[in-house]
Amino acid sequence: MIESGQWEPKIIAFCCNYCAYAAADLAGSKRMQYPASVRIIHSPCTGKIEMEHILEAFEKGIDGILVAGCLEGGCHFLEGNLRARKRTDRIREILDQIGVGGERLKMVNLSAAMAPTFVERVREIVEAVRALGPNPLKKSVGAP
Amino acid sequence: MIVASPKPVTELKKLIARHDKVLFVGCGTCVTVCLAGGEREVGIASYAMRMARKIEGQPLELTQITIERQCENEFIKDLAEPASKTDAIVSFGCGAGVQAIAERFPHKPVYAALNTQFLGILEEQAVWTEKCLGCGDCMLAEFGGICPVTRCAKRMLNGPCGGSTEQRCEVDADRPCAWQLIYTRLKNINQLDRLDTIVPPKDWRPSWHAGARKIVRPEHRV
Ligand code: SF4
Ligand code: SF4
Repeated sequence: MIESGQWEPKIIAFCCNYCAYAAADLAGSKRMQYPASVRIIHSPCTGKIEMEHILEAFEKGIDGILVAGCLEGGCHFLEGNLRARKRTDRIREILDQIGVGGERLKMVNLSAAMAPTFVERVREIVEAVRALGPNPLKKSVGAP
Repeated sequence: MIVASPKPVTELKKLIARHDKVLFVGCGTCVTVCLAGGEREVGIASYAMRMARKIEGQPLELTQITIERQCENEFIKDLAEPASKTDAIVSFGCGAGVQAIAERFPHKPVYAALNTQFLGILEEQAVWTEKCLGCGDCMLAEFGGICPVTRCAKRMLNGPCGGSTEQRCEVDADRPCAWQLIYTRLKNINQLDRLDTIVPPKDWRPSWHAGARKIVRPEHRV
């Protein structure tokens, strides 16, 4: 079993190409530090992230997911990020109902220039998930 | 088409609580179009159920399949093999689909994953509205093609009622007054004279009030 203090939550950040990924990239260029346990998945638009992608990641044992898209009104595909928000809201409901916990999924909107916000949101979700503990599915999934 | 909506995840979980090997069956026709019971919805429900059960320490062995139409034996046949390996079937079809499968598998529990709602149309993305009750004696011609039996909250055949305001229904302001629609439509097609005739009480005998109906068409029988 994982002892508290040693355990680092594993987080996926789905980042849209036009804003969030650029913000994450900028954070890297500026040598800003954020927890190393966060893995970025580069997505064309948050609107392309299907509910199945998120559910699959949770089933496989990920501890938390951050969906990061453009500012509202700033989506390169006009409303991909608005759709993503509705979908994440729905998945959060499902996660609550099945006992995984909706708090493990968050969505954030930022522009390509908002590297500090990106880092801050990443830190926030890592802390939130750390407080929740490991994904309850992990016990039965084996090593994540 | 038939419009249905998914049952809450918590209810679905209860439905299958006593089974460990379950077959989830989607339907490729109406409920796929209304985003309630097609391949995708079956997939999403499957993720949810597998996770819920793993967390409870009672893992679920789940098989998923989506057939063209659950209301036809021809397609239900495809379920024979996967069904033989499971304890129960959950149908994501409309009520007719669920029952068609249950008839085909008399010794297997078959559950409904959806709430079948109505005969309706897609109004805009992800918004459906009811248009027909399937009353068995269609009167649309008399009302310019707008059904008061279904769309007037009071089912008035000689409307409108006194509550019709600003073209909205007094029972639910979210809904247009069916009788306002009928009036406008009859006017547009130059048939306002139809409103001069008092429509007699509807003959409900062809409707469902005496139990399930059956249609036999001898000319197509073999
Ligand atoms: S009159 Fe009957 S069959 Fe015709 S649309 Fe209305 S409910 Fe349907
Ligand atoms: S307001 Fe119109 S639709 Fe509503 S009950 Fe009266 S006549 Fe029927």
